[in-house]
Amino acid sequence: MTDTAEPDAPYAVELAGITKRFPGVVANRDISLRVRQGEVHALCGENGAGKSTLMKILYGQLRPDEGTIAVNGEPVVFRSPADAIRVGIGMVHQHFMLADNLTIAENVLLGAERRLGIGAKAKAEIARLAATVGLDDDPDTLVEHLGVADRQRCEIIKVLYRGARIVILDEPTAVLVPQEVEDLFETIRGMQAEGYTFLFISHKLDEVRAIADSITVIRRGTYVGTADPREVTTRKLAEMMVGSELPSPQTRESTVTDREVLRIEGLQLAGEGAPLLDGIDLVVHAGEVLGIAGVEGNGQTELVETIMGIRRATAGRIVLGHGDRARDITKATTLERREAGIGYIPEDRSRHALLASQPLWANRVLGHQTRPPVARRRLIGLINRAAARKDTQRIVEEFDVRTPGVDVPAAALSGGNQQKLVIGRELSGDPVLLIAAHPTRGVDVGAQAGIWDELRAARHRGLAVLLISADLDELIGLSDTIKVMLRGRLVADADPATVTPEQLGAAMTGADGPEEGAA
Amino acid sequence: MSRLQTTLLPPLLAVLFAALLCSIALLISGDNPGAALAVMVTQLGAGTTAVDVINTGAVYYIAGLAVAVGFKMKLFNIGVEGQFRIAACVAAIVGGLLPLPPVLHVIVILLTGMLVGMLWALVPALLRAYRGVSEVISTIMLNAVATGVIAWLISPAAFGFVQGNNISTPPIAPTGHFPGIDLGPSGTIFGMVFVAALLGVGYWFLLGRTRFGFELTASGESPTAATAGGVEARRMVLIAMLMSGAVAGLIGLPEVLGREHAYTLVAPQGYGFTGIAIALLGRNHPAGIAVGALLWAFLDKSALALDNIGVPREIVLIMQGVIVLSVVVAYEIVRRYAMAAEQRRVAAELRAQQQPVAEGAAT
Amino acid sequence: MTAPATSRPVPAARARRLPGWATSMLVVLVGLVVLSITATLTGQLQLTSAGTAQAAVQLLLPILFAGLGGLWAERAGVINLGLEGMMILGTWGAAWAGYQWGPWAALAAGAVFGALGGLLHAVATVTFGVNHIVSGVAITLLGAGVTKYLSTLLFLPVSANPRQSPPLRGFDSFSITPLTDVLDALVRANLVFVTDVAGILQGLLTGLTPTVLLGALAVPVTYLLLWRTAFGLRLRSCGENPVAAESLGVSVYMYKYIAVIVSGGLAGLGGAALVLNPGQLGYLEGQTGGRGYIGLAAMIFGNWRPGGLLAGSALFGYVDALQLRAGGDAVHALLYAGTILAVLVAVLWFAQRYWLAAVWALVAGLVVYLVYFFVDTIPSQFAAFAPQIVTLLVLAVASQRLRPPAADGLEYRRGEGD
Repeated sequence: MTDTAEPDAPYAVELAGITKRFPGVVANRDISLRVRQGEVHALCGENGAGKSTLMKILYGQLRPDEGTIAVNGEPVVFRSPADAIRVGIGMVHQHFMLADNLTIAENVLLGAERRLGIGAKAKAEIARLAATVGLDDDPDTLVEHLGVADRQRCEIIKVLYRGARIVILDEPTAVLVPQEVEDLFETIRGMQAEGYTFLFISHKLDEVRAIADSITVIRRGTYVGTADPREVTTRKLAEMMVGSELPSPQTRESTVTDREVLRIEGLQLAGEGAPLLDGIDLVVHAGEVLGIAGVEGNGQTELVETIMGIRRATAGRIVLGHGDRARDITKATTLERREAGIGYIPEDRSRHALLASQPLWANRVLGHQTRPPVARRRLIGLINRAAARKDTQRIVEEFDVRTPGVDVPAAALSGGNQQKLVIGRELSGDPVLLIAAHPTRGVDVGAQAGIWDELRAARHRGLAVLLISADLDELIGLSDTIKVMLRGRLVADADPATVTPEQLGAAMTGADGPEEGAA
Repeated sequence: MSRLQTTLLPPLLAVLFAALLCSIALLISGDNPGAALAVMVTQLGAGTTAVDVINTGAVYYIAGLAVAVGFKMKLFNIGVEGQFRIAACVAAIVGGLLPLPPVLHVIVILLTGMLVGMLWALVPALLRAYRGVSEVISTIMLNAVATGVIAWLISPAAFGFVQGNNISTPPIAPTGHFPGIDLGPSGTIFGMVFVAALLGVGYWFLLGRTRFGFELTASGESPTAATAGGVEARRMVLIAMLMSGAVAGLIGLPEVLGREHAYTLVAPQGYGFTGIAIALLGRNHPAGIAVGALLWAFLDKSALALDNIGVPREIVLIMQGVIVLSVVVAYEIVRRYAMAAEQRRVAAELRAQQQPVAEGAAT
Repeated sequence: MTAPATSRPVPAARARRLPGWATSMLVVLVGLVVLSITATLTGQLQLTSAGTAQAAVQLLLPILFAGLGGLWAERAGVINLGLEGMMILGTWGAAWAGYQWGPWAALAAGAVFGALGGLLHAVATVTFGVNHIVSGVAITLLGAGVTKYLSTLLFLPVSANPRQSPPLRGFDSFSITPLTDVLDALVRANLVFVTDVAGILQGLLTGLTPTVLLGALAVPVTYLLLWRTAFGLRLRSCGENPVAAESLGVSVYMYKYIAVIVSGGLAGLGGAALVLNPGQLGYLEGQTGGRGYIGLAAMIFGNWRPGGLLAGSALFGYVDALQLRAGGDAVHALLYAGTILAVLVAVLWFAQRYWLAAVWALVAGLVVYLVYFFVDTIPSQFAAFAPQIVTLLVLAVASQRLRPPAADGLEYRRGEGD
């Protein structure tokens, strides 16, 4: 291995003409990607653009329908990750593949015991690698005691221990706070100097520009281009990434009223150590979409779950409604909050919104089990199955849920159609407030546009919406007001009419907030 | 595969498979499976067998319902066994000690049984809801504890009533007997059979038509989604477990009220585990449980007839065991197959509509 | 792409800890001291007699084997509620083989029959994805049925009783004589504490059989295999995070199969230990009497660790032995020991500043003492299920501190990870 890329050295990785189809969708279409040895190569694209599919192909988890892979100039065919590992490719998944109840050393050694055994020799090697990636803990520490950043280091050690020289990092910064991101970049640069090659997957442009030697952009499964971060502007990159069909933030009229629907004062949620939510104040008005921007894991999930009563606030007040009809719901149960008119689109659809093996009409009942039309008006405590079926049919038609009928189990639908069903359900029964967490996550492009239209229409009818999204363009495109969340606090306001994704990104990571746009 | 097929095929296959295995076992041991089957069927017309099957079936039916209530929300109340035994014992003691007018006497005994079953289920319910202790382990422990407590309750030192060689609870006066239907030489159908049938109807209505039933099913399917949908998980655990215990409290009463009029040291055991098997066989559906209960009772009674022609009666136990194990495997296979087929079907139906849209967006 | 886990770092308690073996020794020592004090103050000398200890060993063996069986299966992520059924199969197999070919064959056949039950459980849970608890219950029903059938077929002609095997030839027992003589002398010397410890040790070293040695060996061997080899690491990873294990090339199905089959084999050995118990040689229908479940309880008591499991089985075996040998009065004296223990625990927790927990421990101690004070004897029916009560208490008090394998009891299917 050479320390730096020589001009005539073969590419570390060369993907050519990769195509991968899934039922009903083409995830990768004729994508080519060349990574020079010793460089940090960023792969950019929006959520659902096909980055992960491409990397799973490179790591042997998926097999391409068409196209070839070459590593260090040699053509290869991967049947499983083991084949990829053998030629020196390693992958750090976005979801860590660690067993909490095993030690760092055990997690690293698992599956690679043949290399150095599981004794002192192996531990010495792990300690050496730990120093490389900046992990201070003893190899015998249980992984459950590690923070997110250290877990990531542990994952990187796993990859290195298997002899990888080409490391795929899948959205490595999504779970990190800014200082940790900086540390990670330090580690990457240090390892780059030792001759490691990196494939860095991200949709965060500022980070990509900070770390990458070259950038490949893909959009909707197709190759858009490769850019040099020293020459390309962030704006140009963003255009490459999203194309020109994005909702334009400026073209809309305000429907915001002065009628308060949700008022939160001094909301506090204790955690182990630092509070998960710290002094949250916010007001959402009728006809307003309030967007919350933030790196994931900064308290957005906790905020939503506290408003829904799934978690109990340690301190503070949540008031629903305005004037005479204001109601303190801080101590209400989740069901009471729903009955009071809160609709809820959870971020994890399959775990929190749907009963997978139950038919669509039963899923319509969930969360509405005490309210007509699915509950009988006179006979309290009874479910009206016929009405539930009928109303599910209404949702299917109004929200364009593609399904053969309302009796199929929810799990049989595609993600986008499941989400449309959920949104249809949550907009049923005239809610006054909708809490939408990542409403278009894991949803195909067609359904995404439909969901945005529905949210806009609901806002137009006077619904108050609290929108959480990691997709900054979605946030800017839909919101009337944006607040930025960092470490459990709301740290900045932004006006979506003027703010750019880059400014928002800076505020989210704790750099200077875009205060100039504050309303 | 239609819904009916996915529901009926697994148990049928399981029974056939079990019959096949048992036939092989009988052949190996030198018996004639054909003759065994013939005897099993013809015995139904002889003596009190048919009535016995119905009576025992009612007991099993209640047991199956008790287990099914918990299963519906993935609570494994292994403790139905202990709950039913201690409930029958205490109910018999109360019934034997209290002099009460006719109808009231029976009602008091029934209510006592339900209450005691509920109390015995309260411990695992609280442990599960507030301490996160698996109900499986705690109910198994409480089954053993129940055995000890019963042994003490019916010992002469406590409420025991010695009659010849047998120890039992004090006998219940005739006012506390549940009248049955006397069919002469064919035997007497327990009055409790009708209570069991009523319970089944109640179970069907509760599960399928009420908010509570919906919340129970939702909690079993996905506790997280149920919580987000406003179902209070802790409350559901408590209610489901207590209901299961209350129904369990009735299991032993058909025999106490209809035949024994006391709880004896040699009172039958194992109904709780039979209930588990029957709930599995009937897939927690009231009609399925009924079929399962009757099948089980029929197999039980066949044992006697088999003995008469020299076939070891224990072959029935093997048959029952194989049925349970193969039915759960069969359900699982069919479930997976059906879900995959459903997904393929939905995708196929939609591909035709979606194709132009996807292509249009990409160009 | 879905949300990344929002796991937060748990502040690591990095207080200097005693090594495992030292903690164990300390626990044993405290136990001995408490028993010795109780025996002295209550006059219940059976508490620390050699006979009690010897009986306890025989009674704990089946529980220990079953518990080890549970440990193997659950460490690989499969809950084994079929232990009882596998144990029943083991008793029958051991009796059948033992009757024909002697005690060694009994051990082997017990293990094989149990392992067959384990294989069945593995097929149902691992290959077909049946709920572990459901499969376990079904296997227990099936095991009971099969053995009854086989007994009628094979034992009835030779023992004239379908519920019983003919008497078996057991192992010859032996004692470690020079040592036991010394201990006997110490017992007779009648010194406080020394006599008690010597009595217990004497019991442990008397009346030994190969079964006992096998049990004594199975614990360290399990520990070494599961915690000190690559094989064990892979097996445990299947119980902690099978998706991660799969991503690293571990054949999860294979390890689960191995674990559950070994689990059944150990449960079967437990059955064999029952059949070969010198006090009652032979198969008797229903002789397992829920010991498979108690083994499971001992495993939970021991926090899914071999050492803890041994302690749990010892506790259960001891209470059982005491109850059988000395009846309700001796068990009554145990309440006194319980009071002392509760106070000790309270002091420990006060020192560690778990104020609330310490107060609860004190209250519990007080309650136990009041029971001791106002009740003269424990009816034998109650004494019989003392182990279950202890398990329930441990679960109620310590459930938050218990650490089952993370993927225990969850269905896993190849290639379905994210």
